[in-house]
Amino acid sequence: MFKATLKSLLSRKLRLVLSALAVVLGVMFVSGSFVLTDTLQRSFTDLFSSAYANVDVSVTPKAEKGKQPEPLTPQAITDVKSVTGVASAVGDVQGSARPIGKNGKVITTSGSPRFGFNWTGTGQEKIRDGKAPATENEVAVGGYLATTGGFKVGDDIALLTLEPKKTFKITGIYEYAGGRDSLGGELSVAFTEPVAQQLLLGKKDVFSGITVTASQGTTDDALRDAVAAKLGSGYDVKTGAVLAKEQADQINEGLKFFNYVLLGFAGIALFVGIFIILNTFSIIVAQRTRELALLRSMGASRGQVIGSVVLEALVIGLIASIVGLGAGIGIGALLAKIFSSLGGSSLELASIGAPMSAIISSFAVGMIVTVVAAVMPALRASRIAPVAAMREAATPDRPLTKITITGALVAAAGGTSLAFGFNQASLPLIFGGILVAFVGVALLTPILSKPMVSLIGRLLSWSMPGLLGRRNSARNPRRTAITAAALMVGISLITGVSVVLTSATKSIEKLASGQLQTDLIISGEGQMEGQPATFRRDVLTRVEKTDGVRSAVGWSQDGVLEGENQMFAVGVTDLPAMATMFALKPKSGTIAPLKDDQLALPEEMAAEKGWSVGSKVTLQLAKGEPKTYTVGFIWVKSQVLQGALVLPESASANFRSDQIAQAFVQVAPGVSAADVQKRVEPLFADNPEITVQDRSAFVKQTTSQFDTVLLMIQILLALAILIAVLGVINTLALSVIERTRELGLLRAIGMRRAQVMRMITVESVVISVFGAVLGLAVGLALGIATVQALKDQGISEIGLPWMTMVQYLVVAAFVGVIAAILPAIRAARLNVLDAIAYE
Amino acid sequence: MSASDGVAARAVDVWKSYGSGDAAVTALAGVSVDLDKSRFTAIMGPSGSGKSTLMHCLAGLDDVTSGEVWVGDTLVTGLKDRGLTELRRDKVGFIFQQFNLLPTLTAEENITLPLAIGGKKVDRAWFDVVVDTVGLRDRLTHRPTQLSGGQQQRVACARALVSRPDVVFADEPTGNLDSQSGAEVLGFLQRSAREFGQTIVMVTHDPNAASYADRVIFLKDGHIVRELLSPSAEEVLDTMKHLDSVVAVPHV
Repeated sequence: MFKATLKSLLSRKLRLVLSALAVVLGVMFVSGSFVLTDTLQRSFTDLFSSAYANVDVSVTPKAEKGKQPEPLTPQAITDVKSVTGVASAVGDVQGSARPIGKNGKVITTSGSPRFGFNWTGTGQEKIRDGKAPATENEVAVGGYLATTGGFKVGDDIALLTLEPKKTFKITGIYEYAGGRDSLGGELSVAFTEPVAQQLLLGKKDVFSGITVTASQGTTDDALRDAVAAKLGSGYDVKTGAVLAKEQADQINEGLKFFNYVLLGFAGIALFVGIFIILNTFSIIVAQRTRELALLRSMGASRGQVIGSVVLEALVIGLIASIVGLGAGIGIGALLAKIFSSLGGSSLELASIGAPMSAIISSFAVGMIVTVVAAVMPALRASRIAPVAAMREAATPDRPLTKITITGALVAAAGGTSLAFGFNQASLPLIFGGILVAFVGVALLTPILSKPMVSLIGRLLSWSMPGLLGRRNSARNPRRTAITAAALMVGISLITGVSVVLTSATKSIEKLASGQLQTDLIISGEGQMEGQPATFRRDVLTRVEKTDGVRSAVGWSQDGVLEGENQMFAVGVTDLPAMATMFALKPKSGTIAPLKDDQLALPEEMAAEKGWSVGSKVTLQLAKGEPKTYTVGFIWVKSQVLQGALVLPESASANFRSDQIAQAFVQVAPGVSAADVQKRVEPLFADNPEITVQDRSAFVKQTTSQFDTVLLMIQILLALAILIAVLGVINTLALSVIERTRELGLLRAIGMRRAQVMRMITVESVVISVFGAVLGLAVGLALGIATVQALKDQGISEIGLPWMTMVQYLVVAAFVGVIAAILPAIRAARLNVLDAIAYE
Repeated sequence: MSASDGVAARAVDVWKSYGSGDAAVTALAGVSVDLDKSRFTAIMGPSGSGKSTLMHCLAGLDDVTSGEVWVGDTLVTGLKDRGLTELRRDKVGFIFQQFNLLPTLTAEENITLPLAIGGKKVDRAWFDVVVDTVGLRDRLTHRPTQLSGGQQQRVACARALVSRPDVVFADEPTGNLDSQSGAEVLGFLQRSAREFGQTIVMVTHDPNAASYADRVIFLKDGHIVRELLSPSAEEVLDTMKHLDSVVAVPHV
């Protein structure tokens, strides 16, 4: 039996390749994710150990809870120097510095930091060209910044720091060990110490940390203990190795999440793969009915028949896992390479390796998925009565009642789990529900396929080949259904996400046109990263005084501590003006300028905290002592300023930065916003990170991030769709084999090759479009359900992405045409005589 | 040279061999034959005699090693796939032993399939005549699975006739049928030749089937060895029995 299985397997190489390909792709995705994240993790670990290579012990000020750490004084350095075992102690100054390129735009990176520091001559940086900065308007720049911005020694460079744009002369370009331009794609610039202190820390004669080296014979750990003992509490004293590990761990934590996301999509791809394999095995078993029944009639037991099919699956799963693992290592390496050079950053890659997790998961996933998918067809195969072998009759259409009822029940179970999941905000329930719902819908697909396929097919069957193609696709509802269902999964997920994002966009637009009474919005880059670019208060005053401005409101923002709770707070310049602009309605209290010890908050936040007007709230700001505020105003739930505490302007002084992060302008009646915009913009000429936008541009900018999200998800789901396309090819190819004699007959009575190809293409397009229509329907349902569930999160409108949906439909039709190419060529090339005689 | 008046299909010194070198098998060894218009010709011979190969070559389903094949005014030899396809579609009708019909189409759609493929209009009057002759009027909307073997084969006959081809080739058309259904199909083929003037060429190894033909050609080892005109079943059987002793004659 074993031998017979292997022989039968090897005799059908095409079948082997087709059914294995889906598994290969899924396994490739899984192992590729592991290889990619593993390589990146090791690369980052290397990066940070080289970044802290010449740090034996580092001293930084310890931050009190909720407060910004006070910078170090020169006294601390003197203290450290006095510790025995210290070879050197150098004060470090480091802070954000964003270079402005020659085109006047701020130079950005893809995630790597942009910073400035004090040139001490003791760091890892070695001057490659020119000399170190010596005067207050001189800087040295890193090799990477020099290449990215096209700077040479002697050029001028403008920098944004705590202060607005300032221009310096480049006196030198530095590099790192081994002639590297940067350690990890960061953009850095070195100032003289006093300039660095003023621009990066905002104070004279302070430091952000101390780099300590040990003298001969002192271990890092001993040095750390000695320094810590000398300085007392109030300082974090760590060895360079620990620091490197901490920073690497932080990045690796992020990478782990990234890995989970990738694995999630790999899971979707494999889920789709199960459909394909299930289908392939069903078709194979159907085609082998005679062979299996012959074995049965010769005395093979049911168990042996099941064993033979499962064995075939195991062999395919094993081969696919090996190939998939190999391909995954390749893809992971390629992606790591792309990632490391993303945006020109130059992360030095660690060697590519296959972690154990990749190997284990590849084999587990590949074999399990294949065998699970083969069990159903194997069971069916074992039920074939031996006499069926002798009868020529094709497998009759089995009734769809059972499968339909099962499908309805499973879909209902999935829907219920989904509803519960939304209700409980439980992700496992939501994802589980979606998965189960997919299976349910897939089981319902056969019954849907009859009317749907004939409807879709009618559009395509104006000629005889078209009619035949349509009839062929309706011929085996289960096969068509499962092939289409595989396509449905990917398309429905994209559609669902698209519905949510469109609804979010629509909600924001509605909000902007209804509640947002502002004409201009002034904001800095990086609103999403939590550390936005800011501008000075006096600029806001000048905005307010600009001709045509009726009122202007701005706020600075920071995190504050209420007891143990981190909260988001804004220090607003003018509460009444803000209430007008955002159409805030009083729930209790009155709209009046906030006194220095008053705060305002939205209704839902007040309810959650149990606060009402008059409640006392004690807050710890980044600077200064805790302060008690009285709730003065609570506004009716609104879409703007959700989850924000509004503090008086005076509170800003104790924020990490008291500069304005966002400002809003209302123009005087009868004045055009565009004109005012033209007059306001020059005020920010030396601050290229700040943009002045009218309302629609602001909305567009806010919603444009959704497009990026959608694009990412589309890319990640592309594999699931690719596997589904393989499924279409697979089904068609196997159908072509199955219908060899029919094709021979058609050719014998005069069907041209082109007509045969058209027939197969129509069948393919009908299946693909059917899958797309299903996907769109399920995706709409999922999306709308999600939007309903997110109503409280501010998505108040339902927006349907009609254009996108039409695009998916067109893409599906196109995919159908592509998928048909190979099977159609194969069908057209059949030798007529052989085909007629084909058994 | 073209097929002259009165000849529907013609083979001129047709050789056909498969394989090459030592393994070469000669299926047809210089066969020349004229198949007259409006006649029902049967090609007979034992297994391996080359009778099916001859039919396949005549019908443009297989190419010849040397020699020429004509159907009507068309020189079949040397035609490319497109030309062969059009020949099969427009000039030739086929009836196979089994699996003659597309399971997804109704009987009527199966009958008009060659016309539909060629984008031609159905001659309703002729269609009605053919359908009534094969007695399928009340079965037109049925799918093949709902028809008996005999009915299926009659649908195949109707399909072969509906486009009024120069020649209808039938390859063991009764091989899979019981004698009653077989007789119906053969009777219908005979009537088509006699009443509608349809040229029919049938390959068979059944003497009884051959007895319906106007002319029976006997093949052995790739040669035409004998022919009979309007023979009885007994005469055919007798000839078959003595075929072993017959010496091959290159031309009849």
